[in-house]
Amino acid sequence: MATLGLELERSSASRNFDPKWLIMGFVVLVVAWLALVPLGFLLWQSFMTPASAAAEAEFTFRNYLEVYTSSETLRLFGNSTIYALGSSILALVIGTGLAWVCERTNTPFKSFFYALSIVPMFMPGILFVTAWIMLASPNIGIFNLLLQRAFDTSYVFVDIYTLTGMMWVDGIQHAPLAFLLMSATLKTMDPSLEESALMSGASVFAVARRITLKLALPAAAAAFLILFVRALESFETPALLGLPVGIEVFTSAIWEALHGYPSDIGLGSTYAVTLLALTAGGIYWQSRLARNAGRYATVTGKGFRPRVMDLGRWRYVTAGLFILYSLLVIGLPFLVLLWSSMQRYYSVPSWDALQNISFDSYRAVLAFPSVGTAVWNSVMLALASATAVMLLTAVICWIVLRTQIRGRWILDNIATMPLVMPGIVLGLSIMICYLVIGGGIYGTIWILLIAYMTRFLPYGMRFNSSAMLKIHKELEESAALSGASWFTTFYRVVLPLLKPGLIAGWIYIVIISVRELSSSILLYSPGSEVIAVVLWELWQNGQYTQLSAFGVMLIAGLFVFVLLAQLISRRVGIREV
Amino acid sequence: MLGVRSLNTEYKIAQGPAVRAAKNVSFEVPTGKFFTLLGPSGCGKTTTLRSIAGLERPTSGEIEVGGKLIYSSQQNVFVPLNRRNFGMVFQSYAIWPHMTVYANAAFPLEVRKKSLTKTEIRDKVMRVLHAVALDEYADRDATKLSGGQQQRLALARALVMEPELLLLDEPLSNLDAKLRERMRFELKRIQRDLGVTTIYVTHDQSEALALSHEIAVMNEGEIIQVGSPRAIYERPRTKFVAEFIGTCNFIDGVVLGKGTRDHAWQVRSPLGDWQAFSEDPLQEGGKVSLSIRPENVELSDEPFSTGAPTNLCKGVVDQKVFLGDFIDFQVKVGETLLLARTHPSLRTPVGDPIHVRVAPEKCVVVSANSATA
Ligand SMILES: Nc1ncnc2c1ncn2[C@@H]1O[C@H](COP(=O)(O)OP(=O)(O)OP(=O)(O)O)[C@@H](O)[C@H]1O
Ligand SMILES: [Mg+2]
Repeated sequence: MATLGLELERSSASRNFDPKWLIMGFVVLVVAWLALVPLGFLLWQSFMTPASAAAEAEFTFRNYLEVYTSSETLRLFGNSTIYALGSSILALVIGTGLAWVCERTNTPFKSFFYALSIVPMFMPGILFVTAWIMLASPNIGIFNLLLQRAFDTSYVFVDIYTLTGMMWVDGIQHAPLAFLLMSATLKTMDPSLEESALMSGASVFAVARRITLKLALPAAAAAFLILFVRALESFETPALLGLPVGIEVFTSAIWEALHGYPSDIGLGSTYAVTLLALTAGGIYWQSRLARNAGRYATVTGKGFRPRVMDLGRWRYVTAGLFILYSLLVIGLPFLVLLWSSMQRYYSVPSWDALQNISFDSYRAVLAFPSVGTAVWNSVMLALASATAVMLLTAVICWIVLRTQIRGRWILDNIATMPLVMPGIVLGLSIMICYLVIGGGIYGTIWILLIAYMTRFLPYGMRFNSSAMLKIHKELEESAALSGASWFTTFYRVVLPLLKPGLIAGWIYIVIISVRELSSSILLYSPGSEVIAVVLWELWQNGQYTQLSAFGVMLIAGLFVFVLLAQLISRRVGIREV
Repeated sequence: MLGVRSLNTEYKIAQGPAVRAAKNVSFEVPTGKFFTLLGPSGCGKTTTLRSIAGLERPTSGEIEVGGKLIYSSQQNVFVPLNRRNFGMVFQSYAIWPHMTVYANAAFPLEVRKKSLTKTEIRDKVMRVLHAVALDEYADRDATKLSGGQQQRLALARALVMEPELLLLDEPLSNLDAKLRERMRFELKRIQRDLGVTTIYVTHDQSEALALSHEIAVMNEGEIIQVGSPRAIYERPRTKFVAEFIGTCNFIDGVVLGKGTRDHAWQVRSPLGDWQAFSEDPLQEGGKVSLSIRPENVELSDEPFSTGAPTNLCKGVVDQKVFLGDFIDFQVKVGETLLLARTHPSLRTPVGDPIHVRVAPEKCVVVSANSATA
């Protein structure tokens, strides 16, 4: 079959020019441009002095010398690592626990919790962080104010503006990711491994500790690295919680370097390159681990039946933990946003404040001209980037998985490379790139589209390749044998078969692009704001009530979108969204 | 020792009514015996076994082990599976890949409530590993064992806690043919040596015949017949049992009346008016089926001169297949085809007439037109 494919390729290539090469060449160029060029500019910039009106930029090692000899960097490194460690461990512990409860026990209402635990995935990070500031800041936090009133003191009970607070907010927000990764692992584990331990006389918790968790360990290590890299990349939490009190991590330091006066783009680039090295190391290690992670978790096929363990009375405890988690991650943040959105001035819930309920903030938000623009921009960007990414990566995956072209693995790596680029690093690279080469793209919405496409390429690759692996090669070959051209085969056979995977990936990219902040924050300009940027500005201006109103509307909108998406995906037969 | 009475187990599924995977299953197993549940795929063998193990919760019935009720729907008894002290070997072996051979076998002793000392555990584990000839591999990673060794390790792990009951779910089905044969003898030896009461599940009839003291044949969730391997093979009650265990000729007939001996009945069929065997009394004029195993059909070029002159007929050789150890003849008696398996010395050519005889006790009456029960 492989030789047949080659045969077809060769003969058609020699006889007349096949448009397939045109399409493939174009796609390869676009992807290579997106993923490689900005990175090159970032590296270049980190070795350059800042250009100014007086002096040309020139080559220098000063940026690196300065960065690597300063104790500031050591502190940054320490903060970043501790923060990422704390947040990822917290997320992993919560996520794994919930996954075990959901997959392996007879906890009541667990399918409901399952659906619920996905909700934080589509809530913009900046809203989550601001909601937690309203809950737990020392000055305006509801927890403190209520407790202070109750005990009649001015003691600060909880302070979110600390490293611990940052880990907490980031960790509980990303527990759903750990939950999804770990429940996928538990799902593929042969239940008879646990059943035989039960038969040996072990208690449910001994089985969980000595068999289930041990077996899930390799997968958990891989999940931990994913979470760790993600925490290193996170921008909203360190920027909103760390910067005001001087706790800096790499992402927020890049932002400070660029945004301070005078802006130091060389320093920012050097930080960015350093952070990139860290995340790349993490991802590399993770991919090596993931290759081994399947070693334990094997499905044997015959005799496989998922079975849950009876927790007895403990199942109410596990249900309670779920409720607590849902409250902390969904209930309280949403309620506090809802509350503050209905106030004229931000205030703590009380009887007096209840008299002042108003919808002024909603009216005010809707009247902001930038809000309308931002929503329009975000929606357009989401639709355009999701469509473009899914189509581009469909072709890339086809080349990687279906052709014998030499060096196709390089293409695979190029397209998945943006995975290691933190949003703010990507934003910075793209900014430098289009500032230097010009072309009028900088300052328009197109630069955001380029950023989004680059950022989400790896997700497109993942959805497409898993979908394409399920399609038998013979289906395409029989189309080719029936006389269809490559384009017709791709359009009439491959794409329709890929549809479920394409739609699932498309929906996912739409959702995450609406939340995107860390790249956009460096690339937007007046007129090309997006939703997350407007939220950010509202926060910086102290317009908490308007921010809350916008947030509530946004969450409602996203919720409707997700419901619709689920309906659609059920129609086209997608399981996971 | 083990008593299962009117056991019913259902699976709830998302759409439609619950699947009744075990219906009214009842059987008794005396201490130290090897009891086999045999039946086609999906007939509910695993379900029955898992219900005994406590891995599934039955909907009704009663299970008693060693005089103790471990499940009873009426008295609302359900002993949790981790207090039942049964050993089980899963179809996939379920060897824990993150432990060594020794750790796998020691696990049941370590998690026990009554604590044993390290040396006691060591002694017991090594003894059982020795019994399955794995003592040399004690410190090896469990994943670095061959299929047969994994199977023996699973057995050792099930035996180490000296279970009251050993449950085996198709333990040989993942092995290749040669190894399967060898492990069959191993299994039989170990079971007889230790005298542990064993429930064995398989869909392989030769395995069941080779290993068991007693076999229960199941179909569609029900037990069709219980008996010793010989009884099941020689005296099947229904067409289903006869067909499932070995090949069989089925000849439809009508009961004429009682025969000359005990359990002998006169049956009219296309083969003639023959004597046939039936344990159950038959109705005169009732429609029945005769089941005749091919190896019990005697063929001869010459008329039979010895023995009783009953159950004789004449046919024509229709086809024959040489199979080495024996030769299969297809004989046409009137319009009826009869399969016979004989010694290869018989050389009657196709188309020639041939004499046929079947001993009356090998001509077993099974209830007609009932595939299941
Ligand atoms: N978890 C389940 N949910 C629903 N139905 C089930 C479940 N497990 C088994 N069944 C059904 O119950 C019936 C009996 O299944 P069981 O596994 O006991 O068969 P078996 O005799 O062990 O078959 P095999 O020889 O293939 O292992 C089958 O029809 C099967 O489809
Ligand atoms: Mg089975």
